[in-house]
Amino acid sequence: MTALLQTSDLTLAFGGLVVANGINFSLDQGERLAVIGQNGAGKTTFINICTGLLKPGKGTVTFAGSDITGLSPRKIVRRGMARSFQLPQLFLEQTVRECLELSAGARAGRLSSWSPLAFASKGKEIDRMLDLTGLRDRQHERCINLPEGQRKLLDVGMSLMLEPKLLILDEPTSGVSTEEKYGVMGILMRALDEQNVTAIFVEHDVDIVKRYATRVAAWISGAIAADGSPGDVLANPLIQREVLGE
Amino acid sequence: MRSVLFGAAAAVAIPGIALAFPWLKIPLILSLCYGLAALGIVVLLKAGQISFGHGMYACISGYAVAFVSKRFPEMDGVFQIALGTLASVFAGMLIGAFVVRYRDIFFGMLNLAISMVLFTVLGKFYEYTGGTDGVRINRPALLGFDLSRDPYEIALLALVLALSLIATFGVQRYFRSSAGQALAAIKTNETRLEYLGVNAKKVLWKGYVLSASLCGLSGALFGLSQGLVTPELGYWLRSGEFVFIAILGGAGHAAGAFVGALLYEFLKMYAAALVSGSWQLILGAILIVIIYFLPKGLSGLFGKRKDDEGGAV
Repeated sequence: MTALLQTSDLTLAFGGLVVANGINFSLDQGERLAVIGQNGAGKTTFINICTGLLKPGKGTVTFAGSDITGLSPRKIVRRGMARSFQLPQLFLEQTVRECLELSAGARAGRLSSWSPLAFASKGKEIDRMLDLTGLRDRQHERCINLPEGQRKLLDVGMSLMLEPKLLILDEPTSGVSTEEKYGVMGILMRALDEQNVTAIFVEHDVDIVKRYATRVAAWISGAIAADGSPGDVLANPLIQREVLGE
Repeated sequence: MRSVLFGAAAAVAIPGIALAFPWLKIPLILSLCYGLAALGIVVLLKAGQISFGHGMYACISGYAVAFVSKRFPEMDGVFQIALGTLASVFAGMLIGAFVVRYRDIFFGMLNLAISMVLFTVLGKFYEYTGGTDGVRINRPALLGFDLSRDPYEIALLALVLALSLIATFGVQRYFRSSAGQALAAIKTNETRLEYLGVNAKKVLWKGYVLSASLCGLSGALFGLSQGLVTPELGYWLRSGEFVFIAILGGAGHAAGAFVGALLYEFLKMYAAALVSGSWQLILGAILIVIIYFLPKGLSGLFGKRKDDEGGAV
């Protein structure tokens, strides 16, 4: 089976600080990879390189069989790699429904200057995503009025509307209260399963990782220190000491 | 539905006023011209951008009309307007391709800079442009009718009014469209727009060309109603007036630009009659009051939070 996402010798340094140190990594279709690591270990840098926000100093990123190194975020998105953000990135003055409609319209690749936004997608698919993210009863609310948990869900919902092959979630449960965390993750995982999306998620909560990941990669100082099943990686003494701080 | 009634009321009231008070014809034409230009600014406001140089598109179009009418005196006024507007569209496409790379103050100031270059060029190339005296535009036939001054002004008012209503409908429709919503998304989160796979610069470019064409249409009509174009049409004070009116009217609804323009033109007229030397003082005070009490402009008065609702115009 060919890998969905593959990086070889990915290297990037900001001055003397090496934030990606020769990362060789490969992800198969259908995996749920949890990325763990201390702040500053290079997790988000890795994501930013893969999604095109940063250009690597050296190395290549291959996605679905083609080289995407150095492409702009927009072009990478169009190839089927979507991301959600640690701080939800929404169109705050627009409604929940409009955000999803814009996303669906963007996927279709044509933004008409004449026909109304609602016609750019099927009403049913918007309704489905509203149900999936539990935002149905808030669909006409402006995003600025949503609480953080719902903003997170909408942020992911917008990415899912793009029907990506791979979705990268940057800390999907940060800023969400402990009671809400499992609810949010449960909804997200159900959505991913339903659309058959491969996912990478950056996560700090070990319980969440144990429960939802099929594989864990631990970052230390810009490199992958351990990569394998959740059981193995979380039991690794080095990871327990350096990453989990136990 | 309410908007259709509003439009119909304007379509009846404005010619009615002009017939009852013939001396108001020109102020009404000028108001609507200002409204069209301010509508162009409103399009940019949707994207959270502001231009202090859009007078240049009115100017380009006005001069295009003047040159065309000099070269082809027999050409119908309606064609002249179309050609003038087209000149602004092309200029907008070219200049837009450059300025949409910038945002906020840089966007505003670059437009200003380019417009001032045009202003200076028009003033200096006396041989072609008549310098600061400008170029005269002879009264053309309108839709095949050669009209004397009075009926010409009435016909022009009807034409400006019809075009204003069409523009309002069109822009409002655009605001509700996918591209229009993407334009509004530039204001709140351009990064996200890129991460949806949308080319935000292209979205803004389209909006920019639309705004240039509206200012162009305004300039062509302005030139024909005055029978003269001067570089002053592209001066930064003029661009500033467009912005002033757009803020007065608010970006909530396309009709706001026209309400703002009518208020502006008539305030200016009465303020000038009242305190001839310092009418700007009254205007400035009113803008402060509007910004303070109606941050969404005059259009914020109608339909509070009604923008979620569908429907025409």
